[in-house]
Amino acid sequence: MTVYLDHAATTPVLPAAAQALADALAHVGNPSSLHASGRAARRTVEESRERLAASLGARPSEVVLTSGGTEADNLAVEGLFRARRAADPRRRRVLVSAVEHHAVLDPAAWLAAHEGAEVVLLPVDSDGVLDLDAVRRELAGHGDEVALVSVMWANNEVGALQPVAEVVEAAHAWGIPVHADAVQALGQVPVDFEASGLDAMTVTAHKVGGPVGIGALLARRELALEPVLHGGGQERGVRSGTLSAPLAAAFAVAAEAAVADRASFAARVAALRDRLVAGVLGSVPGATLRGPGDPALRLPANAHLTFAGCEGDSLLYLLDAAGVEASTGSACQAGVPEPSHVLLAMGVPQDDARGALRFSFGHTSSDADVDRVLEVLPGAVERARAAGLTAVHA
Amino acid sequence: MRVLAALSGGVDSAVAAARVLDAGHDVVGVHMALSRSRAQLRSGSRGCCSIEDAGDARRAADRLGIPFYVWDLSERFEDTVVADFLAEYAAGRTPNPCVRCNEHVKFATLLDKALALGFDAVCTGHYARIVASDDGTRELHRAADPDKDQSYVLAVMGPQRLARAMFPLGDVASKAATRAEAAARGLSIAAKPDSYDICFVADGDTRGFLRDRLGARPGEIVDTAGRVVGQHDGAYQYTVGQRRGLALGRPAADGRPRYVLAIEPVANRVVVGPADELAVSSLVADAPVWFGAPPVAGARVQAQVRAHGVPVPVVVGRADDEALQVTLAEGAALRGLAAGQSVVLYDGTRVLGQATVSRTAAVARRAEVPA
Repeated sequence: MTVYLDHAATTPVLPAAAQALADALAHVGNPSSLHASGRAARRTVEESRERLAASLGARPSEVVLTSGGTEADNLAVEGLFRARRAADPRRRRVLVSAVEHHAVLDPAAWLAAHEGAEVVLLPVDSDGVLDLDAVRRELAGHGDEVALVSVMWANNEVGALQPVAEVVEAAHAWGIPVHADAVQALGQVPVDFEASGLDAMTVTAHKVGGPVGIGALLARRELALEPVLHGGGQERGVRSGTLSAPLAAAFAVAAEAAVADRASFAARVAALRDRLVAGVLGSVPGATLRGPGDPALRLPANAHLTFAGCEGDSLLYLLDAAGVEASTGSACQAGVPEPSHVLLAMGVPQDDARGALRFSFGHTSSDADVDRVLEVLPGAVERARAAGLTAVHA
Repeated sequence: MRVLAALSGGVDSAVAAARVLDAGHDVVGVHMALSRSRAQLRSGSRGCCSIEDAGDARRAADRLGIPFYVWDLSERFEDTVVADFLAEYAAGRTPNPCVRCNEHVKFATLLDKALALGFDAVCTGHYARIVASDDGTRELHRAADPDKDQSYVLAVMGPQRLARAMFPLGDVASKAATRAEAAARGLSIAAKPDSYDICFVADGDTRGFLRDRLGARPGEIVDTAGRVVGQHDGAYQYTVGQRRGLALGRPAADGRPRYVLAIEPVANRVVVGPADELAVSSLVADAPVWFGAPPVAGARVQAQVRAHGVPVPVVVGRADDEALQVTLAEGAALRGLAAGQSVVLYDGTRVLGQATVSRTAAVARRAEVPA
């Protein structure tokens, strides 16, 4: 039987969400059409939007539906930068944490290469937590030149929760909008857009039991945002493209369930995670937990470990062959595990960073999963060590 | 057996993996990411370096129903194959990067890693045959199809590594037969063009690649009498035996075409002259690898010095763990042999050994006579 411990990559769709998707797929109607079928589809979208907003602590008008987290992050970074710079040409600096997902880092780098942005990578400590003093120093020095700040709510690789409230407070003192990628945080820690003070926030369906293909950028009503996708003017004119009533319906069901079950889910996966971490540290020599050691400071479903002297792709192969599905970090396009920019930003040596494994739990995880990992991991690490760091040495 | 099938994304390695799977082995597909700039989506015609090739390899694995992984061996490839390629050209020699890749990457790093991870063998789509000899050792032989035979670039692996290798295409009648088999198996890459040239030289412009990586080093092109007959911007861009692209201003006195006879890296000079001065009578080669006992002095065998070269009859002068020296048999001719080239000795179809040419003695030109 397969042990699936890669829920941070994507998690199984909840039966209720799959049902909502299937039900809505049975109906024709473009939500922008004015006839009865269109109105019915539009009603599904708007009811879904209201349910999403209620689950996320936002107003319905603040929910901009997108194709997923990456698009929402791109819209936040590029859309905010362009709107801010148009209003005040001095504001060219983009402050992002060094451990952001590439969906934030890469649009920022693109703006630097093509539109004159200056990207400032905000440092993190050895646990992967943002250095707030560095943020304050940066604002004190260049506060009137900053277009936006983007700091993720929780890191997708090492699970470190970030001091989003403090960042918001510091940035707002300079009138700077703050965006947070909350893709991993939703459903694991309390996420309330209004209470957070954030100006924009990214969420996506497939990390919380909804389908791949839909996400949202929550954006305050007064927030100036230039569109990235141009066309029919849907979603406040910020995100054109035909709205998907089925995906929206399934997203709403999944998000509602994730938020409603959050406390019990978090307690359950944290217990599994803690047992896994304790078991691995106790049975595998050279294993190191990465990210905050205090469970309260990291995502409850996340365990991230490095194994000195191993290469991640060797570990991944050996575990996969034993039916254990984990990740070397975050899934990547080429299928080649590279040393993680997150671990490197935390000061983890390059060779240690190569031997990284992320185990992430979800709603289908069980004690049997942990048992199986603890059964096969020690042998896999031993064997991977024998195979060595071939790409570097040999 | 647990077999790691190296999948380049081409038709040969995919059919090879399928054949090993048919034979009842437990097969896992691995694509080696070798290029530093693999972000390029390139037409798949140059081998194993593009995202498209990795995708084709993945689809072949999907079709065969085997697990598939991409292993990043780009650092190892850069540190050995590419670095050796540059250093050899810079030293006025002519390297064969495919030989070095087999020596340092495919049948070294990849094989070692596979064995350490619990595999019993590595399978590739090379055209060569492995034959069990009477005493139980394994011999490397030419492929059934002489046009596709790749034993020349494989000989460097030596007998120990050969014991862990599988070349399921060795007995295929022709490349057309491989393509037909791929099509019959439903592999979508059945009609994919063959790879050629050097996989890490993206556009096939080897001179441009060398100039970019080694920098311009202008110097003189001289004839055998030392007269300057032209200019170059890097002696490393020339290969012994080369005729085209010399761009010589002054025609030869006798009007005959001129060829590169020698590269003098220290003086940064390229020596050119007539074709007959390219003729080689004997050669000395370093770092030999032998399959079984080396041939005895006086043995009459065949030597091949290029991947698609014609084997020539030679007489062994010396063959041991230190060096190889052979003299061309009477009536045999060999032209334009450069230091750095790989020489493989054959006895009929059987590979005897391999070494890297260090010195040659010309028939017509004044030159040091190899010891």
